[in-house]
Amino acid sequence: MLGKTAGGLYWMFRFLERSENTARLIEAGFRIALTRSNDTASEWKSVVTTAGVRASYDAKYDSYTATNVVDFLLRDPTNPSSVMSSAEKARTNARMVRTALTTEVWEAVNENWMVLRDTLKRPVKETDLPTVLGNIRRQSALVRGAMHGTMLRTDIYDFAQIGTALERADNTARIIDVKYYTLLPSSQFVGSALDNVQWETILRSVSAHRSFRWLNEDDMTSANIADFLILDSRFPRSLSFCSRIIEDSLGFLAKDYNQTHTCHDLIEAQRNTFRTLSIAMVFDAGLHQFINDFINQNNALGQQIEADYRFNG
Amino acid sequence: MNTPRKHFDEMLLGANDVRAPYSAYDTWFAAQDPARLTKKSKEAEAFFRRTGITFNVYGQTAAQERLIPFDLIPRIIANREWTKLSKGIEQRVRAINMFLHDIYNRQEILRAGIVPVDLIRKNVAFLPQMMGFSPPGGVYTHIVGTDIVRTGEDDFFVLEDNARTPSGVSYMLENRETMLQMFPELFSQNKVKPVSNYPKNLRRSLEASAPANCDGRPTVAILTPGIHNSAYFEHSFLADQMGVELVEGHDLRVMDGRIKMRTTRGFETIDVLYRRVDDDYLDPLNFNPDSMLGVPGIMDVYRAGNITIANAPGTGIADDKAIYSYMPDIVEFYTGEKALLKNVQTWRCSEADSLKYVLENLADLVVKEVHGSGGYGMLVGPAASKKEITNFAAKLRKNPSNYIAQPTLSLSTVPIFAKKGLAPRHVDLRPFVLLSPKGMDITPGGLTRVALKEGSLVVNSSQGGGTKDTWVLED
Repeated sequence: MLGKTAGGLYWMFRFLERSENTARLIEAGFRIALTRSNDTASEWKSVVTTAGVRASYDAKYDSYTATNVVDFLLRDPTNPSSVMSSAEKARTNARMVRTALTTEVWEAVNENWMVLRDTLKRPVKETDLPTVLGNIRRQSALVRGAMHGTMLRTDIYDFAQIGTALERADNTARIIDVKYYTLLPSSQFVGSALDNVQWETILRSVSAHRSFRWLNEDDMTSANIADFLILDSRFPRSLSFCSRIIEDSLGFLAKDYNQTHTCHDLIEAQRNTFRTLSIAMVFDAGLHQFINDFINQNNALGQQIEADYRFNG
Repeated sequence: MNTPRKHFDEMLLGANDVRAPYSAYDTWFAAQDPARLTKKSKEAEAFFRRTGITFNVYGQTAAQERLIPFDLIPRIIANREWTKLSKGIEQRVRAINMFLHDIYNRQEILRAGIVPVDLIRKNVAFLPQMMGFSPPGGVYTHIVGTDIVRTGEDDFFVLEDNARTPSGVSYMLENRETMLQMFPELFSQNKVKPVSNYPKNLRRSLEASAPANCDGRPTVAILTPGIHNSAYFEHSFLADQMGVELVEGHDLRVMDGRIKMRTTRGFETIDVLYRRVDDDYLDPLNFNPDSMLGVPGIMDVYRAGNITIANAPGTGIADDKAIYSYMPDIVEFYTGEKALLKNVQTWRCSEADSLKYVLENLADLVVKEVHGSGGYGMLVGPAASKKEITNFAAKLRKNPSNYIAQPTLSLSTVPIFAKKGLAPRHVDLRPFVLLSPKGMDITPGGLTRVALKEGSLVVNSSQGGGTKDTWVLED
């Protein structure tokens, strides 16, 4: 496979994942705004921060209102991570690697872009927002379904999986990073109604409010939530889970190519950490520090993979 | 020449007089509900959009990806007509390759005084870097798309030879695929020669053109300028259908005297490069130094016999529109036979008498740039305004040798499916020819382009043309 093609696949799936994650953040923010009457500005601000676009948002707007944030995150062409920009970049990469995709996957990505382009042509009214977000979710489900149902499990699939998992881990980590203070056991809000709202926002941002309850029943404590987001081996958006997907995919590549690289050492070190880690240890070392380290590690891993598999030269 | 003419319609000679190749189709068509056909037509468009069969238009920023409109009435050619046509094309393509070999080696045709020396020496399409070099099997044009027009029952003309990088074959293939999906019954009622082998034949033909020193199965790749090129869809479509890599210049480099592509496992040698990049951009060390699309040093690898470039650099000297006017003589010089296919009468504006005639008759003529393509920069006299003609005359006087002129041909028509039913529109035909040291293969039919605007003679997709599925019937 061409190095460029591997890079195209990796970025195509990173952007698809990003587009979906941004939509999910909006959904969670919107929900909070509906259920709380005061101080929605700080909620919208943390949504923008989590999406990693604070600087470009602040350059354009003075305040954090639902209308501005939703528009900026959904459809602003100057926001490189907006749902529309991400879907567009995913498609551009898909065009570039079209020979590596099944017809079904290409058509799903192309249709995703066409549907979003039509839906997001104009600013979305608040009353239409749930429908639009639902549409976005449905379109990405179609892409993922085509992917899992039709692609051969070759190096093509491995690079797609790596892109998805790296982006997803980054997203979950940033959600924790922005809200880490609400997860600290020493938090002054322990057990308060405010806590519950904050925690629910976090869980909704990763589409896990129901799965969490399924696994933990009513035992909603900050430690349980942090454990679930960071270490749970069953939850597909936890840091540990994403890390395992990357380990598996890099393992398949090593076997397929009969070559190992520096990235294999990096992922092995990360996996070893996760294997012996408990949430108590995370809190002892400092949640904020841990998440920061993880984000940096995750970025470094991505860059190492780019170099090892010659994405760019 | 401005009086209304009767065009030769390939389907209907008169109101109730259907030409033989269309008789089964006509019966079927008469039984169709127009509303159903309209629905099918919309379905086809949605299908093309979803699969991304689009092209990019240069000079437009918005709506960069456009569809080439597809018309659902097929263009039908009888086997007898096709046999005649394909023999003529074969003769012409062989002559072109002998001509190229001669021009880049002994230049006997120049010494014989058949083609003027200046026409070659001063031609920008002539590449001195190709002198004294012979590509594997003497094949220069691995892929040719000869443009053919028709004016009557037995009157076929070659309009252009397209020996550089002809495009459109993906539309030929997708049009057939679409027709098969929409109207399967038509293909049991009519015995239509298949076109779907083209990608397989293309790969086989390219492999057969590999350099002599290649051992094992040759590695083939397609070189594209990238996703912004107007024909990018076709490049990726062909790579996909052939199962070969689609590479860009920055994926390639010269290593150990070979061209290698950067892969996830290391660098792999390419033996045959089907390039969809123009000569000028192919090698910044040997041609345009500003090119970002090519591979520095590829010409040296090529001349050392370590890679096959298809089509060979420098083939443009054979499809130059000024050379075109000599084609009947060229065919006769190399094959010893009269040309089977006719040329359109052509005035070379470089010649004083011709220029005078052309300037006096601009309103009736079609004037083209010698190196133009895609319908850009041409004048269609009968369709042009007085002002356009005056402006064009000024350009012509300034640089006469840049232009040739031809009479406005009364191109044949084939009906399209319009809102008010069948409506005749002008068409041309681009059959696709594959040539390798092992032989020639011409796909039955080719791409029919149709000028969708009533009365228009310009069929180029960049100028509002559409396409049709093209059938060659078995006997």
